Amino acid sequence: MPHDHHDHDELSPSGHPYRADQDGPLSYWQVMEIAVRELMIEKGVTTAEAVSAQIEAMDARNPAHGAAVVARAWVDPAFRARLLADGSAACAEMGFDVGPMRLIAIENTADVHNVVVCTLCSCYPRNLLGLPPDWYKSRAYRSRTVREPRKVLSEFGLELPAGVTLRVHDSTADMRYLVVPARPEGTADLSEADLAALVTRDAMIGVGVAKAP
Amino acid sequence: MSGLDGKRWHDMGGALAGPIPQDDHDFALWEKRVDALMILASGAGHFTVDGLRRALEDMGEAAFETMTYYERWVAAINQNLLEQGVYSIAELGEKMQAVQARGETYGEASNAG
Repeated sequence: MPHDHHDHDELSPSGHPYRADQDGPLSYWQVMEIAVRELMIEKGVTTAEAVSAQIEAMDARNPAHGAAVVARAWVDPAFRARLLADGSAACAEMGFDVGPMRLIAIENTADVHNVVVCTLCSCYPRNLLGLPPDWYKSRAYRSRTVREPRKVLSEFGLELPAGVTLRVHDSTADMRYLVVPARPEGTADLSEADLAALVTRDAMIGVGVAKAP
Repeated sequence: MSGLDGKRWHDMGGALAGPIPQDDHDFALWEKRVDALMILASGAGHFTVDGLRRALEDMGEAAFETMTYYERWVAAINQNLLEQGVYSIAELGEKMQAVQARGETYGEASNAG
């Protein structure tokens, strides 16, 4: 069909469609957001500048931060040991403030694969990786990851060998998990930056593995 | 909803469910603002993430199924701020009416002029 209509094809820089409610009819909940925000400002709880600064700070957090931490752990055994002992402190060393929640790094090996879920809500290491993907918050992921984790991983395209132990970690509101994926083979000569490029968000949640070079 | 096992609706680990939805979206400005308001309100000491979760969980399963993530969040933030007396229901109602009167899109309504 020539000259297809492209209204719904516009993608954001990250390759996702913009949600239509940016410019659709004003919704009740959008009205509430504006009202709550303005009341918070009028009552001195916050300022318009603080809201903008908070959004900017959250926008700046992305999986590349976690990937840099993982790559450092791959190349620096002493850092790896510190990361596994105290994830929050090790991230802080690299300039990443993961906030008050304790960050626990869990390492994948040849024999053990780890995956993270929050069955009760949607706890996620957002201060390191940015906001969670929609599926992480879905009923299907929250319900099934502790029931049939291998099947869930296979839906993400990850078929774990039968001999690999799979550990499922259920987050709580007081701590966060970061999976340190196994370093792929054939990467001995790569720089730390090139290694970081192999570490995906999904690999740090545990529904994927690091990319091959 | 509590089932025969005594679990509340949000305690869904282990339940049966369909395939993992693979679609994702970038957050709209109003959603990012809701996220920011939660962090700022809790940073100012008005309530904690536990207060947010209590309101979300008390909304029940129907809200989980029919409202989007940040719709539920803004409702929960609002409930906590009302309970803490940061503003009154009357003030909220007046403000929402004023916002609504500004225009028909989020952009228009965001502009207090």
